[in-house]
Amino acid sequence: MITYISIFITAIFVNNIVLAQFLGICPFLGVSKKVSTATGMGAAVAFVMTIATICTYLLQKYLLDAFGIGFMQTIVFILVIAALVQMVEIILKKVSPPLYQALGVFLPLITTNCTILGIAILAIDCANLLEAVVYAISTALGYALAMVLFAGIREQLSTTKVPAAMQGIPIALVVAGLLALAFMGFAGIKIG
Amino acid sequence: MNKFKIILNGIITENPTFVLLLGMCPTLATTSSAMNGMSMGLATMFVLICSNIVISLIKDIVPDKVRIPCYIVVIATFVTILQMCMEAYVPDLYESLGLFIPLIVVNCIVLGRAEAFAAKNNAFDSMLDGVGIGIGFTIALTILGSVRELLGTGKIFNIGIYPEQYGSLIFVLAPGAFIALGYLIAIVNKLKTK
Repeated sequence: MITYISIFITAIFVNNIVLAQFLGICPFLGVSKKVSTATGMGAAVAFVMTIATICTYLLQKYLLDAFGIGFMQTIVFILVIAALVQMVEIILKKVSPPLYQALGVFLPLITTNCTILGIAILAIDCANLLEAVVYAISTALGYALAMVLFAGIREQLSTTKVPAAMQGIPIALVVAGLLALAFMGFAGIKIG
Repeated sequence: MNKFKIILNGIITENPTFVLLLGMCPTLATTSSAMNGMSMGLATMFVLICSNIVISLIKDIVPDKVRIPCYIVVIATFVTILQMCMEAYVPDLYESLGLFIPLIVVNCIVLGRAEAFAAKNNAFDSMLDGVGIGIGFTIALTILGSVRELLGTGKIFNIGIYPEQYGSLIFVLAPGAFIALGYLIAIVNKLKTK
């Protein structure tokens, strides 16, 4: 149990996917102007990341490793993820229209979100499937947390005066840097 | 279009990092030193040139509806080749760039150029575009890497400029990446408006 709690805390705070590992920066900067869209994107990423990690983990263990074709990892994973995103989109549209309404616009963006492929590759090192799933879910929560915090700051920022050259992305990057500085305070926390 | 112009376009007018703001993840993650930044730029350039050539050659055969998956397979193939070569010949570098080598597949610059340029132009022009954008990306990463290394450790490419104890380590760590890139883009914006 303690292993899972440790994975959970580490993935959210200590090794936050955006602010410490630099994955998924494009959507982090792109769709973080409003808290509501940031929440939607966070939820969509969590959803796809969990399913994708389960699929790729099983594929790696029972297909790639079993047949000794580990070098095909990158190609297989990206195709699986692209197909999966399409499938999730179609299924959601049929099964749960309200959920589709909430997440729909973000789903096509997710294929090229490097967090999904990144976590799928990193999760291979986990000892078993359950650990990989916990790792994926907590990383996704960390992603959503960073997005929502950042969007909150940017909403405030839009009402302040910023020098012309710093407007838009530059000031957003500096804000992200300060946020990363805050998250560095969690470095060194160890459980178990 | 003038051949020379295609290359220059990628380096200055459409610089992927400072102007188009694409491929932010490797830009921030691999520039903890000038050397790492430059290697990442060159690795991306290799994939960019090869995939641009192949995609412009197959653009007439591939049906429009499935073109994106096809492009991704082409890109992933070259990334795998690069991965195997780097693991064999420069294992130290492969180790330090780590996860970001396979992640070149989802680097928006590569797919973006395939879609915006290679799918509309002939193989030679596409190659030149790959060279231009690749050089632009490499220069940007090298600059960012140098700034961070200089401010963080007082060195550029491991050559000491000032004593290391005056450097602030924060620039080598995660927050420094965001802040340094933010200010670099602000400087570029300022120069553009002049």
